[in-house]
Amino acid sequence: MRGGEQMGKIKVVHYINQFFAGIGGEEKADHRPEVREEVLGPGLAIKAGLGDNAEIVATVICGDSYFGENIEEAKKEILELVKKYNPDLFIAGPAFNAGRYGVACGTITEAVQNELGVPALTGMYIENPGADMFKKAVYIVSTKDSAAGMRDAVKNMVPLALKLVKGEEIGSPEEEGYLPRGIRKNYFTDKRGSERAVDMMLKKLAGEPFETEFPMPDFDRVDPNPAVKDITKAKIAIVTSGGAVPKGNPDHIESSSAQKYGKYDIEGIDNLDPSNGETAHGGYDPVYANDDLDRVIPVDVLRDLEREGKIGELHRYYYSTVGNGTAVANAKKFASEFSKELVADGVDAVILTST
Amino acid sequence: MVKEIERAGIPVVHMCTVVPISLTVGANRIVPTIAIPHPLGDPKLDPKEEKALRRKLVEKALRALETEVTEQTVFEK
Repeated sequence: MRGGEQMGKIKVVHYINQFFAGIGGEEKADHRPEVREEVLGPGLAIKAGLGDNAEIVATVICGDSYFGENIEEAKKEILELVKKYNPDLFIAGPAFNAGRYGVACGTITEAVQNELGVPALTGMYIENPGADMFKKAVYIVSTKDSAAGMRDAVKNMVPLALKLVKGEEIGSPEEEGYLPRGIRKNYFTDKRGSERAVDMMLKKLAGEPFETEFPMPDFDRVDPNPAVKDITKAKIAIVTSGGAVPKGNPDHIESSSAQKYGKYDIEGIDNLDPSNGETAHGGYDPVYANDDLDRVIPVDVLRDLEREGKIGELHRYYYSTVGNGTAVANAKKFASEFSKELVADGVDAVILTST
Repeated sequence: MVKEIERAGIPVVHMCTVVPISLTVGANRIVPTIAIPHPLGDPKLDPKEEKALRRKLVEKALRALETEVTEQTVFEK
């Protein structure tokens, strides 16, 4: 009997962005939440993995910029769409290293889990900002940094999802492939603690690798510097992750996963326009920045303020890279290099813009 | 990047649209902006109004730089 078969099936709602839904790229990133009663994009691989026991009954789609710019509203709208299907399981993404998408997946996974009480999970790359924000709140399966890792991602997401929905015991992050959530779990071992500690110590002394049972949390925070005393005397520099470059992108800064940054002279430039500036960033719709780059780096306004004596001076150079899937280690390296130059050049304060 | 600039001893204000990301990356002075593809502008406005809007945001960023903070602070709209 058809009805009988249907009843046993796990109902799944899947969340993806406009790109994976095939609606469009950055020019469609403001796409508002909608639901389609079909399996789309990565849902096909998830469906195959889930097999006959589960069915993706609906796919919720939302543009990444719409979500990022309207987090609270988007969350509410999407929750309503999900709720209508009364699912047994919710899967978002995977988002890989797409920042806005990762934040969206994390936000909505947490909301579905906590507000609707539906088992939920997502997947993303460990450096996705969404990972740090939500890894404690929800299960985030660790994926590669690009969609080339879709197969592996689905291979880990599906079994964990099924365990969650069946209420089975979830193994350690290493066993299941999710990002550590900072949850301590008691278990029995053959060796008592003192012995394990001595073993670790011996390994450490011998220079061998060992695994701590109590990793220290990684709080990499930098205290705020004192405020600028007199902004009317201050030399101010512009830094951006929005990919601002002179016309033609002379250093060929990559549109994503940037391997370099640029240092650009703006002496004598009072206003940016399509003749002297554009963006190299591939992670947002470039139309507005290419039309008027002051929308990303406010050179025109800072020149006015300089002329009016409201700031001391606009630094002659701005520094720019593309913050689109760029490795944290690279961003860190770029900034620690150019910060030395900023200090040497007597810059008193920095305005850093991000897209 | 914002953290490395701060670490070098230069006060820095982060102007961005997705504030939760800025908080996650560890910016201490944050000024929320208009939209992801045009943080410091709004193509719907006429050029004069748009520049006035940009100036307001930049002035807010300057105020943020002049303000002592002891923890992550979002300078609201």
